[in-house]
Amino acid sequence: MVEGKKIMEALILTIIATSIPLLLAATGELITEKSGILNLGVEGMMLSGAVGALGAVLWLENPYFGIIAGALSGIFMASIFSIFTINFMTNQVATGLGLTIFATGLTGLAGAPLIGKTIPSLPKIEIFLLSDIPLVGDILFKQDLIAYLSIAIIIFITYFLKYSKPGVVLRAVGDDHQSAHSVGYPVKKIRWYATCFGGMCAGIGGAYIPLVLTPHWSEGMTAGRGWIALALVVFASWIPWRVIVGALIFGGITIAQLVGQARGWPIPSQLLSMMPYIATIIALTVISGKLSKNNNVVPSSLGKPFFDSQ
Amino acid sequence: MITFSPRDKVSKNWIIIGPALSIFLTVFFGLLIFAFLGYDPLETLYQIFISPFSRIDRVSDIFVKACPLIIIGIGLMLCFRANVWNIGAEGQFIMGTLLAGSFALLFPNVETKLLIFIMIFIGFLGGALWAFIPAILKTKLNVNEILVSLMLVYVAMLFIDFIVRGPLRDPMSFGFPLSKPYPEGALVNKISFPGIGFLGQLHYGILFIILLIPFSWIFMNKTLSGFKINVLGAAPKAARFAGFNQNAVTISVLIISGGLAGVAGVIEVSANIGQLQPEVSFGYGFTAIIVAFLGRLNPLGILFAGIIIATVKLGADNAQMSMGIPKVVTGLFEGILLFFLLTGETLQKYKIRWSKVRK
Repeated sequence: MVEGKKIMEALILTIIATSIPLLLAATGELITEKSGILNLGVEGMMLSGAVGALGAVLWLENPYFGIIAGALSGIFMASIFSIFTINFMTNQVATGLGLTIFATGLTGLAGAPLIGKTIPSLPKIEIFLLSDIPLVGDILFKQDLIAYLSIAIIIFITYFLKYSKPGVVLRAVGDDHQSAHSVGYPVKKIRWYATCFGGMCAGIGGAYIPLVLTPHWSEGMTAGRGWIALALVVFASWIPWRVIVGALIFGGITIAQLVGQARGWPIPSQLLSMMPYIATIIALTVISGKLSKNNNVVPSSLGKPFFDSQ
Repeated sequence: MITFSPRDKVSKNWIIIGPALSIFLTVFFGLLIFAFLGYDPLETLYQIFISPFSRIDRVSDIFVKACPLIIIGIGLMLCFRANVWNIGAEGQFIMGTLLAGSFALLFPNVETKLLIFIMIFIGFLGGALWAFIPAILKTKLNVNEILVSLMLVYVAMLFIDFIVRGPLRDPMSFGFPLSKPYPEGALVNKISFPGIGFLGQLHYGILFIILLIPFSWIFMNKTLSGFKINVLGAAPKAARFAGFNQNAVTISVLIISGGLAGVAGVIEVSANIGQLQPEVSFGYGFTAIIVAFLGRLNPLGILFAGIIIATVKLGADNAQMSMGIPKVVTGLFEGILLFFLLTGETLQKYKIRWSKVRK
């Protein structure tokens, strides 16, 4: 009985850990997309966050610097994207792809000297008293800083979009940039901030992978998480709390297939590994069918370049 | 502060200056990054851009490397012109190769080259079927084709891995995940030039490109279907007004580009590998996206773009061997190149003005 409870607890903790990078990256992209910018470079920003975090921790020997370095790397990549798409009005889809390709090359180069080195993982923080609550205490209140941070970000974002004035402006910019511009809002500036916020979240999400999940560098170690995060935004229909649900589902599927492989289920491991990707396609299909009936969920200016005639 | 003002007419000069300047700036920034990371920039420059031209057999290898890139790039050109974002060519390449390869392995003793022609057809079918999934989801349920086609790349990679390690593994492969070798009839031979012999790995697959480029040019510029693709991409409202069936175009361009990616896979593997293995593509499907853009989404441009990118790829191989620079750096150049190319496209349509007033 005690044994079973321990296994269950470990399983839930792994699922949460797996879903946190997705959760962060998707939340960041949600804000970016709400401002009307479609950044397909999430995978690239996550990779940069991962390599930045690894480098910083190896250099400064403190895992907390990994979080800052991850955030800064993500913001750096997001600013490259912003210069081209917002200031030079380039095609957002192509630029986002370019960003991921660029980041794959850059992180491969920057990560080469890091191969074979291992970093200490991010410590767990027990929250006073709360961590003693039976059942949920060990799961919810003995997490690492990034886990708490990601929940704080979700709460903040929900409030920000719904009740704050800047949040309303952000949505207005994403829904109709021409009108927002004529009312006098600085469309480009707001989009720059939103894109960099997205980059910061993706960077921290990427940093989480070496800081908690696998403590060493390998080329392309994000393994498509950035793309799944993009799908999660659609899955969540641009509503922040639904990102949590989506991320946990995908974390669950990823862990389920790993457990299946470890237990020796009579299904070939490759077919099990396909599950998160196939689940993404199915989820997108189900949600998109519903979205096309209810069209006002998608930010109307999403992906369209904005030209301000001065 | 930089501001833009629209040009009355698309600048003809920029159509040529844009790509040329982009390449120049890419080399400049690339070297800056190398210098910053502590590599000798001149040596890198030599290895990546000059060393592939240093011997005649190396030059012919550029064409070999460019072959799949150009074939896939032509297919992607159709998609991108129609504003359909197929970024899963890598998966379509794999599925085409896998289907055609499995077919070839059914006939272990066939020597007639008829087999390779049938395989090219089957490869087209395999790639087209894989691209049909995002096509049908996009047109029927409005599912984003970017994400679906990309997710299917991962699925295809895992699937070929499963097939080659499982059902199709050669019992004689000593535990390596390899299929049996293709029969003679399934191989694309190297070209033997009279008096010279072989030139590096140059093979008959090149002939396919020589046919494909003029054919695709005529298709895009002289046929109604090509016209529809162009209008739909450039002015979707006008296309709807003219009664063009948007869904039919979306499905067709995805099927054709998927099919061409499959064909590229068949030719590549039959010419250079000669059996199925877990990794058959090495990122050709993603690199071809850059090739299509660098070629300005037109067939002749894609030919040159394929050659340029193939040069960089081979150069990166050389740089890895002689300087220990990881091969993935090509991504660095490709990414920067794409950024500048896209900026060039903006400058075709807008004039830059420098103004001192800050808003």
